[in-house]
Amino acid sequence: MSAVTPIDLPIDRSTEKQLARGEARIEHTAAKRTKRRLTSRTATIAALIIAILWTTPTFGLLISSLRPAKEVATTGWWTIFSNWGFTFDNYVQVLSAGNTQLTMGEAFLNSIAITLPATVIPLVIASLAAYAFAWIDFKGKDWVFIGVFALQIVPLQMALVPLLSLFSRGINIGGVVLFSGLNQGTSYSQVWIAHTIFALPLAIFLLHNFVSEIPRELIEAARVDGAGHGQIFFRIILPLTMPAIAAFGIFQFLWVWNDLLVALVFADGTVAPITKLLAEVTGKYGQEWHLLTAGAFIAIVIPLIVFFSLQRYFVRGLLAGSTKG
Amino acid sequence: MSQFLGWIAALPAWLQIVLVIAAFGAVIALLLFFIEIAPRTGRRYTIIRLSVCVLVPLVAMLLLGSVFWAALIAAVLGGLFFLLDYRSRQGAGYLFQLVGFLAPAVILLAIGLIYPTIGTTIQAFQDNRSRNFVGFDNFIWIFTQPYGIRVVINTIVWVLVVPTLSTIFGLAYAAFIDKSRGEKIFKALVFMPMAISFVGASIIWKFVYDAKPADQDQIGLLNQIVVWFGGQPVYWLQNSPWNSFFLIVVLIWIQTGFAMVILSAAIKGVPAEQLEAAELDGTNAWQRFMNVTVPGIRSSLIVVLTTISIASLKVFDIVRTMTAGTNETSVIANEMYTQWKGFETGRSAAFAVVLFLLVMPIIVYNARQIKKQREIR
Repeated sequence: MSAVTPIDLPIDRSTEKQLARGEARIEHTAAKRTKRRLTSRTATIAALIIAILWTTPTFGLLISSLRPAKEVATTGWWTIFSNWGFTFDNYVQVLSAGNTQLTMGEAFLNSIAITLPATVIPLVIASLAAYAFAWIDFKGKDWVFIGVFALQIVPLQMALVPLLSLFSRGINIGGVVLFSGLNQGTSYSQVWIAHTIFALPLAIFLLHNFVSEIPRELIEAARVDGAGHGQIFFRIILPLTMPAIAAFGIFQFLWVWNDLLVALVFADGTVAPITKLLAEVTGKYGQEWHLLTAGAFIAIVIPLIVFFSLQRYFVRGLLAGSTKG
Repeated sequence: MSQFLGWIAALPAWLQIVLVIAAFGAVIALLLFFIEIAPRTGRRYTIIRLSVCVLVPLVAMLLLGSVFWAALIAAVLGGLFFLLDYRSRQGAGYLFQLVGFLAPAVILLAIGLIYPTIGTTIQAFQDNRSRNFVGFDNFIWIFTQPYGIRVVINTIVWVLVVPTLSTIFGLAYAAFIDKSRGEKIFKALVFMPMAISFVGASIIWKFVYDAKPADQDQIGLLNQIVVWFGGQPVYWLQNSPWNSFFLIVVLIWIQTGFAMVILSAAIKGVPAEQLEAAELDGTNAWQRFMNVTVPGIRSSLIVVLTTISIASLKVFDIVRTMTAGTNETSVIANEMYTQWKGFETGRSAAFAVVLFLLVMPIIVYNARQIKKQREIR
């Protein structure tokens, strides 16, 4: 599990408006560049202290990962000026380190191979379902929707073990094989499917909020022009909700990339992602901090790039459950 | 399908990505095509619908590796569905479209979340081989062993401390930097830990907490500070009960950014007139903050607290990576995994159920909120 979750709880109208107003002001002030000092001197100092406290640990990791192994083991990273020296050796070394089955470099590739399909597939399936919940009337719709929402809070822990045995043993009812199980250990398919399933409730819940806000006239007009649900979905809903889908896509990407629990259960041996390998070598390498720091930085560099380049969408996505559009 | 996935698994990773996404895209395109032509009238379209209804379950079952006659039954059921759809009150093809949109999600949720959740609940009442029912034995084990009680208490401490402190820090920081110069940069600095994985964050903090014997130079920042003040280095992660608090710090470090971003938007949403009116009444900044801003963002505060509470309840990665639950730092989510790895499936499931019961009130409360909102619309 990752730290990033958009607001995923139902919010009442007034709060929703308040957050939307605040969000609009954030973008407004960003455009206008109003320059003002912090509210007071104490506030400035307090804010600076918090900012420094929050950044220092990551900064220390980055510095250490670039220092020679001997220096990392014997001196603190804050002595970098008296013990000067930078090197990329740690990175070169850690990419080929790992456990008996896998190196860190391979695990990094695994992370990419797991994350991309596990981001695209649930988003598409969820937007299909979100459309049905928003624009097709059927009996018991509200209850099914509430059920989907509830599943989103249910801890993953409830589902892991039986799902794993489903993958390995398949489904048999009274000796009749209904599903023969998947190939184990060697393929990503288990992780893909598991991540897809676990992402669905939240994705449906959030995308539904956007899809249902599309003006009814637009959809009526398309219907009058002879479009069926398939065309409406593909030509109206998908383009119009693209910002929301993209915002949620960022979250799903980070979620899967940063996940450990699902990987521990479903990705064994040679298909393990980098988080799993890192967690494993943390115990094994113990005091070899030059390797651990470099490994950790390799694992967090992609999320950080995504974060810094897409920060605006990120914040917008975070408020997604509350402010629509 | 097993063969297909097995064949794909032998290819290079990047090719697998392309192939899987392409195959998935093709299936969805086909699905949308059939949904589009479903409501059209005329014999041709009826025949297409019928064949889709019969063939899709048949082929799907065969691909999943089911025996032939089970697949046949699925095909017959598909045929029955066609008849039901044909005579649907909303016109032929209505059910077909509805199922087309919902089936992928609903089927996946049913096999991937609902069925396993029921399975885990049953396992919680069974022994470690999931053969015999043992009643409440697993739960009694959790709540009578000092170790089990410790795990539950730790989890409760996490849930009490993390949301409170993250929200306070986040709120304070959001208020301090509100409308200031460089607000965006200030925000990015505190928000950044949100993008980092729990595993990465754990290593970052393990490095901060690292301890060396007193006669050597410290490489962990925290111990260096202790030494600078003339103290002895401390093994932060070994001494119970304070070691749990050092783990909790990591989650606070991560979640403060979340609280800050949401509350910052909420603070900016408080009407300026209210603040100006309070200012005219001669209040100082602190009074305005406590009496106007905080009550004004009350519901956002509740949302932030609830969201972080759920995250703290389920915390796993941090404990797993930093201590693996040793030295009395374990929490329910970690213990669920540890017991499962130790082949105690019954106890593992019981821990999962306890976790589920703890989030239950949050689910019920929010489900009722949704129900209310949907009735208004």
